[in-house]
Amino acid sequence: MSENLSAIFYLVSGVLFILALRGLSSPGTSRRGNLFGILGMIIAITVTFLSIGNFSVGFIYVFIFLLAGGSIGALIAYKIPMTAMPELVAGFHSLVGLAAVFVAISAFLNPQSFNLGSPGDIKLASLIEMSIGAAIGAITFSGSIIAFLKLRGIMSGSPITFKGQHFINLLLGLSIIVLIFYLCKNQSDSFFWSMIAISFLVGLLLIIPIGGADMPVVISMLNSYSGWAAAGIGFTLENTALIITGALVGSSGAILSYIMCKGMNRSFISVILGGFGVTDQNSKKDKNIKPVKSGNAEDAAFLMKNASSVIIVPGYGMAVAQAQHAVREMADGLKKNGVKVSYAVHPVAGRMPGHMNVLLAEANVPYDEVFEQENINNDFASTDVAFVIGANDVTNPVAKTDPQSPIYGMPILDVEKSKSVLFVKRSLSPGYAGVDNELFYRDNTLMLFADAKKMTEEIVKNLN
Amino acid sequence: MEIDPFIFRLSIFVLSIFVGYYVVWSVTPSLHTPLMSVTNAISSVIIVGAIIAGLSGDIKSIFDTSNIFGFLAIFLAAINIFGGFLVTQRMLQMYKNKKKNK
Repeated sequence: MSENLSAIFYLVSGVLFILALRGLSSPGTSRRGNLFGILGMIIAITVTFLSIGNFSVGFIYVFIFLLAGGSIGALIAYKIPMTAMPELVAGFHSLVGLAAVFVAISAFLNPQSFNLGSPGDIKLASLIEMSIGAAIGAITFSGSIIAFLKLRGIMSGSPITFKGQHFINLLLGLSIIVLIFYLCKNQSDSFFWSMIAISFLVGLLLIIPIGGADMPVVISMLNSYSGWAAAGIGFTLENTALIITGALVGSSGAILSYIMCKGMNRSFISVILGGFGVTDQNSKKDKNIKPVKSGNAEDAAFLMKNASSVIIVPGYGMAVAQAQHAVREMADGLKKNGVKVSYAVHPVAGRMPGHMNVLLAEANVPYDEVFEQENINNDFASTDVAFVIGANDVTNPVAKTDPQSPIYGMPILDVEKSKSVLFVKRSLSPGYAGVDNELFYRDNTLMLFADAKKMTEEIVKNLN
Repeated sequence: MEIDPFIFRLSIFVLSIFVGYYVVWSVTPSLHTPLMSVTNAISSVIIVGAIIAGLSGDIKSIFDTSNIFGFLAIFLAAINIFGGFLVTQRMLQMYKNKKKNK
């Protein structure tokens, strides 16, 4: 296959990838979009095989590795529970990062097969491009591994900080640039390897100070990095499909990070600097003094049955308790009693963008009952009961009233405006931001202390 | 003077960033999780580079270091491609509206 023809096919697959993302603008077109993406990938891979035209022994090995990886991927895709999506995505990011590093290494060791010159005499531009690809890829890899471990709960979600952390990161970052500079000057292996090693270290150090509550930002940011790494490699390989994809993924991740930061009213820089989620000492002190009203499933069922409208506010706690199916059953029970039920999803509810929506969809909640914050916030005032399950910080009115609070300025769901509030929670402990929620102590709040799933199931029983 | 092909690639890159910017803003927030998993899958088109690396050289040198890194990259990218697209499809199957549900 001629190079021009294959370049055109790569362009086609790039366009198909754009259509894949475009399809996600509504659930109705999204499945077709995904098929476009698959088609684009098939075209890209087939064209690569045809343009190399080498169907020798190597081809068999390529195929074996392709199938081995593919079957593992397929198995994971079918087995993974929806609650584990954040970990899965973090894990997948790490693979993209590592693959980018490996491709860069092969290109560095064997530049002839990529038309980049000969070892020790690689074209300057290619050398810069592959170094950037490798460095970002390595940062993505080790950063995603840390994110994976934190999300999986293998590593504590609390931020790990030490003195001079940011200074060390800055120093390491600069040393990567210096190493790339010297690598370009004399093309020595040792500069290349140490540049990659330091990049791995940077990824590690970059993510460990970031706390659990900031994970949605981290995961989006790593998504973005994996795109830039792919684009860097795309420039090295002079491959349009890869350049287009890299740019798409890079900007997609960047936009998601922005949306997540805005959802928490935090600047991107402060997320990166980390250390968020340290318990607020002041609020801890007076916690025991204030009285709370607590109730049981019977009270909750009675309250909601007699309401005319209920808004359900799900949070990460619902995901942890796997309570989404029980919540759907409860909503069904309420609807039978003529209650209007809707769901309010905060942008940063859960551990990744859109996490709650997927869980509700899994439990067969129709997507037209699920509303984003800006579309439902005004409805709380005319709602009888707000049922908050596993969410906390995103409902905390202190974000509006107390400029001293770490979550001050964060857009919240106006749960407080509804006539009564039900909180399903295991204890009075503050949320990830470490801030006490004054809503717990209000007169119109009823606390339901229990596991989210058990409590919801109890309520369902009492409804019938 | 002829324009360096790099400039063309850079143009594609810059324009794609803009395309990405507008396309991603039009993605509905409720599909942000599938967006992440599908971007994950498509960024694994890096497998193209891995295949070139894996197939380079003749039969004798099929297990050169650079080939082996190519094979490993194929393996990793393949996990991502299959895993990413399939898990996205699985998620998207769950999104139903009221009418279809009843």
